[in-house]
Amino acid sequence: MRWLRIAALLVVFGFLLGAAVWMRPFGEPLATGMDDHFIERSQEEVSANNTVTAVLFDYRGFDTLGEATVLFCAVLGVALVLRRWAR
Amino acid sequence: MSVVVRTVARLLLAPVAIFGAYVVMHGHLTPGGGFQGGAVIASAIALVVVAFGAQRLRKQKKTLSVLEDVGATAFAVLAFLGIGVTFFYNALAGTGGLFGQTVPIGPNPGALNTGGLLPLMNWAVGLKVLAGLGSMVLLLGLLGGDDDR
Repeated sequence: MRWLRIAALLVVFGFLLGAAVWMRPFGEPLATGMDDHFIERSQEEVSANNTVTAVLFDYRGFDTLGEATVLFCAVLGVALVLRRWAR
Repeated sequence: MSVVVRTVARLLLAPVAIFGAYVVMHGHLTPGGGFQGGAVIASAIALVVVAFGAQRLRKQKKTLSVLEDVGATAFAVLAFLGIGVTFFYNALAGTGGLFGQTVPIGPNPGALNTGGLLPLMNWAVGLKVLAGLGSMVLLLGLLGGDDDR
């Protein structure tokens, strides 16, 4: 059992080391098709200077809808956890 | 809280709230947007809760709840405006009407009247985030916290 744990630790350590050594350089993604589309077209399609906002509210609006739902769930959770001590 | 904290909170409250509104309003031009600006305005609410105590804002729970409803409904309705093409299609962009001014391609200083649905959606999400985070802080202060001293 002990050796199994050490082996698992070594495997994870090796994986992380490899990930750190062979990490892709920052700002050079493998596929750039999507990024180029957003950067080139956001001004003409959404008429927005801010590409990030164009992606957030137009191209990936569903994502924002989900984030709003997450926020609602957080409020719900706070209300639920503290409800017992209310009175 | 002490008089120092209360005075500084009084001084900072309006600038913080106005800066949050600015971040929301210019979300389609500058870094930031609905989430970030709403969080800034919610931090103004947190400032009040910390400095003056949550009891001061007890009546505003209803207001925040209504604001959250308005924000969520407005966001869904705005998303449905473009249902003729797809959900979340930007129906107002480039039509010349409200926020419909077209943007020159390439680097440009930017105008507030652009972006189509983006500024409206920013406001909807901003309302939602400020109401959500604000009511969260308020609930923590009202139900979980100490009383205000």
